[in-house]
Amino acid sequence: MSIEIRNITKSYPGYTALDNISLNVGTGELIALLGPSGCGKTTLLRIIAGLETADSGSIILEKKDTTNLPAREKNVGFVFQHYALFRRLNVFDNVAFGLNVRPSSQRQSKSEIRDRVMHLLQLVQMDWAVKRYPSQLSGGQRQRIALARALAVNPKVLLLDEPFSALDAKVRLELRRWLRKLHEDIHVTSIFVTHDQEEALELADRIVVINKGKIEQVGSPQEVYDHPANAFVYNFLGNVNVFHGRIRNGKVVLGEHPIEALQGLNGHDEKAGQAFIRPHEIGISRIRSSESDLVGIIRDIRIMGSQIGLELESAGFDKPIEAEIPRDIWRNLELSRGEEVFVTLNKVKVFTGDYEI
Amino acid sequence: MQPSNTRQTVNIPGPRSKDPLAVRILLIGLTFLFFAGFIFMPLALVFSQALQKGVQLYLDSIVEPYALEAVKLTLLTAAIVVPLNAVFGLTAAWAISKFSFKGKTLLVSLLDLPFAVSPVIAGLIFVLLVGSRTPFGSWLGEHGIKIIFSTPGIVIATLFVTFPFVARELIPLMEAQGREEEEAAITLGARGWQVFRIITLPNIRWGLMYGMILCTARSIGEFGAVSVVSGHIRGMTNTIPLHVEILYSEYNYTASFAVASILVFLALITIAIKGAVEKHVHNNQ
Repeated sequence: MSIEIRNITKSYPGYTALDNISLNVGTGELIALLGPSGCGKTTLLRIIAGLETADSGSIILEKKDTTNLPAREKNVGFVFQHYALFRRLNVFDNVAFGLNVRPSSQRQSKSEIRDRVMHLLQLVQMDWAVKRYPSQLSGGQRQRIALARALAVNPKVLLLDEPFSALDAKVRLELRRWLRKLHEDIHVTSIFVTHDQEEALELADRIVVINKGKIEQVGSPQEVYDHPANAFVYNFLGNVNVFHGRIRNGKVVLGEHPIEALQGLNGHDEKAGQAFIRPHEIGISRIRSSESDLVGIIRDIRIMGSQIGLELESAGFDKPIEAEIPRDIWRNLELSRGEEVFVTLNKVKVFTGDYEI
Repeated sequence: MQPSNTRQTVNIPGPRSKDPLAVRILLIGLTFLFFAGFIFMPLALVFSQALQKGVQLYLDSIVEPYALEAVKLTLLTAAIVVPLNAVFGLTAAWAISKFSFKGKTLLVSLLDLPFAVSPVIAGLIFVLLVGSRTPFGSWLGEHGIKIIFSTPGIVIATLFVTFPFVARELIPLMEAQGREEEEAAITLGARGWQVFRIITLPNIRWGLMYGMILCTARSIGEFGAVSVVSGHIRGMTNTIPLHVEILYSEYNYTASFAVASILVFLALITIAIKGAVEKHVHNNQ
């Protein structure tokens, strides 16, 4: 089922949560709404579900305008951040709820409901917990039950509001992968909200980056990561070094060093610009490989798992350069604190304008 | 959100406090002294006075027609007031905790009004509103409806005085539980009534019960507001507390205390139910 979001605007006293948002979601797509907290992404999700009403604009589900339909008639599955399981009902009754509350003319027989619930519980690998109550389950288990409950009524679309943010890191990762696989199996059109860029990059077919009630960029994970539309997206998707510099003769000058930028800067007048460099795009070497290499002094070394984080000081830079190198390179170079190395800045992206950090 | 499975009891070994023995004896002693002087002694006195002239007279005072009428009226009032206030309280708590609207703060403050004003004033308000000398009261009188100096007046005054109990009990509970479960139920296609019956009510039932118990206790014992609107007609508009007062002012101490002991029994029953509910709520958490 496709979702069409047309010119949705929603204001609260004092601020605009959503400012003229339009977005199309294709059938079977898994979309991430990514943005900092308070950017309006959850509000948009709640408006699609009918839990909130927009000031203007419309929501079209499968060519049908559902803007003014009450939430219970929208047939939208909603998964809440804090699971929102019915605490007085056991797992079976939680999942069966949507089937049991149907008007008697549309309700399936008891055995059909039972089969459907058991099928869903097998799907989310929770069929062993039929008689348990929500309080007897872990966070990850609760969220899987919440998912089964939302899927029970065959929703046209599945909406997930920060579904993993209340879980601890390891469970979050597991559940994320599991959800991706589940989506490949059942292919229900889904939108999930997250503030975790890693989650969005790993899980989504397309990412919608939202900031202050506006869409900053829409694209595949690769697109938004490799070709951020603006400084905000660059900054929000992953760690990044931001240096103030000047554009001069087609290069960006950081400190005293003219550096080649990713995009052509020819034709730009001399003006201030901000250079964005991802830590893992910074090369570290004992030998100078090109003229534009900088000399940096290692001030700190952080073991971050498979990657090693380096904090480098370089003459003319207003703040330390953060670099990340693979563990084996670090081992081969035998780096230690206080040493001088050559630093190559790759894939430098320059933004000019009024973007503030 | 759901603390139940992470909560653990912490057992601290040894004595609870390091306060000197003397301080502890003093504090515990004072508590007991206060308890004995202000709670136990009066209670004992009620029964000793009631039974002073023998069990026979005690029983006679209780089964005397006017006393029985007073018990009947009191229980009738409670039977009308408690369900009504349960519904009103539930509605108010629902509105306040689950919706945001203009005038909400005012409504929350007004909810405490019956606690804040003296019950006598509460009674007077209704006399001034629907008494026989007011336009509205005389209009009602012409249509054969009597409110002041009659059962409806007693019910209305008691309703007013006991209104906050249920709402006050439910608002914090419903606010803590939030709207998410209800929202989940709605997205799953449940209608308003189904949401209330299957989700909301089971979540708040013990809080509701607790509020209703407090409401019952107060409606049985209410004196001031009822006294103003009742007119003290024996066998007609006398509740137990009013009857106790009449007997007492007639120097009929034994009968007065005997009837008062009925109130004590009702209070003890209420406390027992309240304790049972509290224990249940505690075990459920």
